[in-house]
Amino acid sequence: MNKKISFYRIILFTAGLSALIWGLYQGGAGEVLKRAARICLECVGIG
Amino acid sequence: MAKLRLFVQVCAAALSNGYIKGFAKGRIYDGPLKQLCVPGLNCYSCPAALGACPIGALQGALGSHSFRTSLYVIGFLVVFGTLMGRFVCGFLCPFGLVQDLLFKIPAVRKIQRLPGEKGLRWLRFVILGLLVILLPLCIIDFTGLGEAWFCKYICPAGTLEGGIPLVLLDSSIRAAAGFLYRWKLVLLVIILIASAVIYRPFCRYICPLGAIYGVFNKVSFFRLSVDSTKCIRCGACAKACKLHINVFENPNSMDCIRCLECSSSCPQNAIKKLAK
Repeated sequence: MNKKISFYRIILFTAGLSALIWGLYQGGAGEVLKRAARICLECVGIG
Repeated sequence: MAKLRLFVQVCAAALSNGYIKGFAKGRIYDGPLKQLCVPGLNCYSCPAALGACPIGALQGALGSHSFRTSLYVIGFLVVFGTLMGRFVCGFLCPFGLVQDLLFKIPAVRKIQRLPGEKGLRWLRFVILGLLVILLPLCIIDFTGLGEAWFCKYICPAGTLEGGIPLVLLDSSIRAAAGFLYRWKLVLLVIILIASAVIYRPFCRYICPLGAIYGVFNKVSFFRLSVDSTKCIRCGACAKACKLHINVFENPNSMDCIRCLECSSSCPQNAIKKLAK
């Protein structure tokens, strides 16, 4: 049971890290900045 | 442990909202740090916010023209989820800290559970699926962009950290505030009042970020383990748990926010914190 969970943990972590790096490579951080650097009218409640 | 947790929570909230100048200027921070997501629910429209909210960023990415960019946010959530699970909720979330502080108000009579508690705990998954993923992905406007439905209609952290300060500081935003703002304000007041009576009602029933991290609780590197040779099933852990989890039966429940009160209260020291 523990081995199975450890296996899933490693797979998930590797997949997450790969997605994060690939997303960064594709310009994901810039896209997040584009949205987060402006006042989000929806968050404020007027959008 | 409670004092250490409070200290870490205050530090995390201060780090996530370190741009104090924003309150003086009435503007939000727009520097390079905003490229990074913070692990907890922290509105990026708060004048002091230094990072981006992962739930806001996820909705933004899903509703954008090209959703390849959501890989960055999804990857971030999976990495943090696998490393810590809901430890983020217990130690790093600024809105969790607000609720914790309100629950400390001693004069208020506390309610342990709401009627229909079991069903209500699934509400956060419905909110995650519907308002955070499906609607931003499927309903797009004439420009081809989706809306951030959770931020727009529900998020009390956005109202508290972004809405109220910006409405107070900026006259043009104040002039634009209408029904939606009042709706979100009412929702925030309800959640804040409820937080003084029930332990972490937003985290228990509504928070989509908690729903995501909760899924990882069973497999995360940081998790709890009960030593069955030491455990005498006295129930001290379940009694100490403000979220009413039977810790000795299910130490890694999706509802557990890793406040670690159970571990501190165990007379046999049977609840171990594992980080590998």
